[in-house]
Amino acid sequence: MRYSHISLKFMTDYPATALIAEDEPLLAAALQAELARAWPALRVLACVGDGASAVAQALKLLPDVLFFDIRMPGLGGLEAAAELADEWPQNRPFPALVFVTAYDQYALEAFEAQAMDYLLKPVQPARLQKTVSKVQLALMARAQTAINSGADSSSMIEQTLHQLRQLLSAAAQPPAPGTAPLRALQVSVGNSILMVPLGEVAYFEAADKYVRVLTAKHEYLIRTPLKDLLPQLDTQSFWQIHRSTVVQASLIESVNRDESGRLSLSLRGRPEKLAVSRLYSQKFRAL
Amino acid sequence: MKIDWLAKLRHFLQVLAFCLAVSAIQYAFTPDRSYEIPLVYSLSIGVTTWGLIDFGRHLLASSAQTGWPQGLGGLGLALVGIAGGYLLGTLAADHWFGWSSWGTGHAGAQLRSSLLITALAGIAGSYYFYSTNKSAYLERTMTEARQHANEARLKLLETQLEPHMLFNTLANLRALIGSDPQRAQAMLDHLIDYLRATLEASRTSTHTLQAEFDRLRDYLELMSIRMGPRLRYTLELPPELAQHQVPALLLQPLVENSIRHGLEPKIEGGSVKVSARREGDLLMLQVLDSGVGLTAPSPERPGFGTSQVRERLAATYGAQSAIEIIAVSAGGTCATVTFPLNS
Repeated sequence: MRYSHISLKFMTDYPATALIAEDEPLLAAALQAELARAWPALRVLACVGDGASAVAQALKLLPDVLFFDIRMPGLGGLEAAAELADEWPQNRPFPALVFVTAYDQYALEAFEAQAMDYLLKPVQPARLQKTVSKVQLALMARAQTAINSGADSSSMIEQTLHQLRQLLSAAAQPPAPGTAPLRALQVSVGNSILMVPLGEVAYFEAADKYVRVLTAKHEYLIRTPLKDLLPQLDTQSFWQIHRSTVVQASLIESVNRDESGRLSLSLRGRPEKLAVSRLYSQKFRAL
Repeated sequence: MKIDWLAKLRHFLQVLAFCLAVSAIQYAFTPDRSYEIPLVYSLSIGVTTWGLIDFGRHLLASSAQTGWPQGLGGLGLALVGIAGGYLLGTLAADHWFGWSSWGTGHAGAQLRSSLLITALAGIAGSYYFYSTNKSAYLERTMTEARQHANEARLKLLETQLEPHMLFNTLANLRALIGSDPQRAQAMLDHLIDYLRATLEASRTSTHTLQAEFDRLRDYLELMSIRMGPRLRYTLELPPELAQHQVPALLLQPLVENSIRHGLEPKIEGGSVKVSARREGDLLMLQVLDSGVGLTAPSPERPGFGTSQVRERLAATYGAQSAIEIIAVSAGGTCATVTFPLNS
């Protein structure tokens, strides 16, 4: 008790850097202003308005703390954090994550369950102060472990990934009630509609607004976004291995780890190697 | 086919009481005869008639919804039931007493009066069950319709007071109060008008096209403060159409779709244009955006907003109205609503 009291006092000056990702400009400015009051020693390196820029800027600037809005154009906050964890350099400690949201009925329960820090909009000073203290404690603990065990961030990234997995599954749309699981895909080829049985599909790959459907011999395009397609697939036979890739599990031939620790897999009947993101790599734990 | 056995038991008891009453009246007119005779005949004819009609109606397809066959089917059923009930019931009662009503020993007058009583009682009973059944059916459909309307109203409110929109707007307002009190005041005024219109739209059914465009302006103004340079909008309302009455907040879900599914997912944002024009006897209202466009043609899961607009149009203007949603070749979506100017 006494320890944390002393440390909180000393930490208002704890120097750190931050990145804010928020698509509404007034709210980004307001958060920055509130942070300046609550944590004067925090330096905001950049404010970005979408998830993809958040990932790019974070990889470039390597901040200590991330404030991510959950709903953003392109990549949402959760997806951006997962992508960032995937590409984060191994010799750097992973930043402390704080999610910001106006209202997310399902996600908030998951945040509580995962002891993940979040802020509700409008952000109020007292709540922000609490979050700041928590983040500072986390940063201190991180510095401590870095001294003790060398700069190995992998266990922390693993923990973050585990939390993100839970959050993403909580935020995922449940399939609409009454919809039967999909058995075959309708794809249009020229003037005719072709029925492709799901059993023939090797993998799906999201491409912009479309999804590429690859079988052993053919490739088709469908206009259903991957996130709408996913709830209709049987999770036993189809495994998501990347934000944009879903494979037929029974066709997986081999999974390989390269020298940097990244996983990729190949499917029977398909020549290409598919990247497995760390977010979904828990299925291949044995490696 | 599902048979409600509790209802059948209730009907059976009502028929028993009715038959007892009929036999009591018959006995009152011919006190010299044994009470057993009218009692047994009345019960056996009455119960047989009831059984034929009440169970027979389930065999007729047209009774599936209302519980009673429609048109001639219902009349035929009653006639067949009464005739069959008379014949089978008389045979059963004859068997009980060990004589035959058709034999030569009996007076024709007796048979005729028995037939008359059966016909009158059968018609009265059938009519009674028909009318109680019908009023129960009407009440059920009315309750259902009321429930449906309430649900639709609640859903409309829920989508318009969507918590995400509300709290983000309040967060912007909170930010503006500190940095730009005048803009904060203007934003608050738009929010007040928007909330008032939303709450009123769940009660009033129509307002002028001018009011419709004013409410859309409130919403778009709120959204453009939130989205900053990512949202541009234009509203085009010819003055001669301004006073025309339209269903309140009819276009709101379409504009909301344009922002939520068109512009919000698009990193660089874009524009929304709402316009009204006259085309002969038709009024055309159009919401055009430059967003990401339609993703998938999914007739099995159309957006709630669109189906709501379609339902309201159909309820107000019937088959003369139309809604069309197309992907614009340059990217974006164009929703057009058409209905008669004078109706």
